[in-house]
Amino acid sequence: MRGPTLEPILELKNVSAAYGRIKAIKGISLTVYPGEVVSIIGANGAGKSTTLMAISGVLPITGGEISYDGVRIDGTAADLLPARGLCQVPEGRRIFPRLTVEENLDMGAFFRKDKAGILHDLNRVFQLFPILQERRRQQGGTLSGGEQQMLAMGRALMSRPRLLLLDEPSLGLAPLIVQQIFRIIREINETDGVTVVLVEQNANLALQASTRGYVLETGNVIMEDEAGALLANPDIRKAYLGE
Amino acid sequence: MTIPASRKLWLGFAVAMLWLYVLLWPLLGIKPEGLEFAASTAIWAKVAVVSAILLALWQLKGRGVFDFASRPAQALSQALGKATGRVATWIWLVLVFAGAVVFPLVTERYAHDVAISVLVYICLGLGLNVVVGMAGLLDLGYIAFYGVGAYTYALLSVHFGLSFWLCLPIAGAFSACAGCIIGYPTLRMRGDYLAIVTLGFGEIVRIVLNNWMSLTHGPNGILGIKPPGAYWWQDGHIEHIWLGSLEQFYYVILGLAVCTIVAVHRLNHSRIGRAFEAVREDQTAAELMGVNTLGIKLLAYSLGAIFGGLAGAFFAARMRFVSPESFTFIESAMVLAMVVLGGMGSIPGVILGALALIALPEIFRGFELYRMFVFGGVMAMMMLFRPKGLWPAKRMGVRSEERD
Repeated sequence: MRGPTLEPILELKNVSAAYGRIKAIKGISLTVYPGEVVSIIGANGAGKSTTLMAISGVLPITGGEISYDGVRIDGTAADLLPARGLCQVPEGRRIFPRLTVEENLDMGAFFRKDKAGILHDLNRVFQLFPILQERRRQQGGTLSGGEQQMLAMGRALMSRPRLLLLDEPSLGLAPLIVQQIFRIIREINETDGVTVVLVEQNANLALQASTRGYVLETGNVIMEDEAGALLANPDIRKAYLGE
Repeated sequence: MTIPASRKLWLGFAVAMLWLYVLLWPLLGIKPEGLEFAASTAIWAKVAVVSAILLALWQLKGRGVFDFASRPAQALSQALGKATGRVATWIWLVLVFAGAVVFPLVTERYAHDVAISVLVYICLGLGLNVVVGMAGLLDLGYIAFYGVGAYTYALLSVHFGLSFWLCLPIAGAFSACAGCIIGYPTLRMRGDYLAIVTLGFGEIVRIVLNNWMSLTHGPNGILGIKPPGAYWWQDGHIEHIWLGSLEQFYYVILGLAVCTIVAVHRLNHSRIGRAFEAVREDQTAAELMGVNTLGIKLLAYSLGAIFGGLAGAFFAARMRFVSPESFTFIESAMVLAMVVLGGMGSIPGVILGALALIALPEIFRGFELYRMFVFGGVMAMMMLFRPKGLWPAKRMGVRSEERD
């Protein structure tokens, strides 16, 4: 998948960020090439979600550089990034509970004006998640956890992203639903050509779905490799795959 | 109902009565001559007996003693609900509007006066509803924009003789500017902090009006504001007249209220309205979806301010006098109470809220002393029985369950 001639779609160079005085990430570098699924794994508090929030511009970084498409985006307002094809599905889904499913999805296309394109993408989302079409006039808050995760992903897809950041898509979901979610992640990567950065605690599942992986520990990248190699690495197996 | 549950209920009743006595006796029984128990105990006993009877009745109802009477009543109200539901919404709207148009022809001067107040507060309530109900920004200083609108027209009319109709949009624009100026620093805050800061700015505006003697004449207010003019058919030809009677004012504010209702309704169904709601629901998620949250909040705030400013300009024209006294915190609290009482985010709710808080006190003038007491009681009851307001907002768009 990764060609030598490809320019990276996302590049973090020595990025650090903090919540007040607490340093959450301390100089992270990572590179994502177009078409990849890259997973970031690590324990609780390793800085995985912080990394995504820093990329999305919600959390200002305290050092380093973030480039997207070869252009620096650190310091760009968070709300300008979805229009440039970078969208995040935040941890805990964070759908709009009192808006209907349809309205939630429409919020994903908030910055877009092309009605035909929006309708096309809406149909694509309904094709990926038929349950959302069934429930389209229901309030988001009345959906089950798995359906809310699908809604959050559908909402992000409505912005027609080229790079999708997924934060803990399997959190609190039944194994069967998790499998379904991951099948769809692969499908949007392969069929729609969306590059995916996946943050997961469920390292096994994440690495199986990915091309490459980064391992984070207390705000630092401690390992980076092809997903298969990480899955085979005895240290990783011991620390993150429960063996 | 099981026995422990009812025992718990009566225990709670006993505690409540004890609390009432502890509250009541110091207020009524401590006198400069000494302590007195008879009067407060008598009142307390009356309250206790009446509420005990009510509680007993309620408990009996819970056991189904009154089913013979309540069943047919319920069936009747359901049938009525179905019959009214069958009539299309627009027929209701036309009926209500026709009623509002005919109203001054069949009523007295005093009723016109009250109706004008109600309509002014409907405009204010709908404006605040955009800020509080839709965008979820608790604004305790909303009346400041009403004041800005009123003073804008007052000053332009007195110093430059500009017409009311020209000043109406100017007052709206000035209020919107005031909204931006106040909103830009404050809207970065969330929740309680925002409430406190808006409360502060509301008071600042009033105090500025009060102390800027050279411009506003301070507490003396501004006199001699012109009423709105109009071209009217008179003595066989069209002539310019000044609107003077309450009836004419009523129609002006009715028009303004209808415009406000239509505007807020359209806003409710627009994408911008949805963005307001998205920001209310989850600000970070909205930001991740490409919503400029500060911009959207500023927009909501200044849109709300525009409606307040328009109502303010009318108020100045109607009273032909403005002074800072009309724009105190209690007014902000009243408007907020209307929005909460009626149902946040709901247009008919806000209208009902304004009716309830302005018209009902007029009807029960005899009990004026107890007004605040009743307010408190009604609010507590509402929170218990209708926490979403008299007429809760239906989320926009037709829901599947509503279609069935």
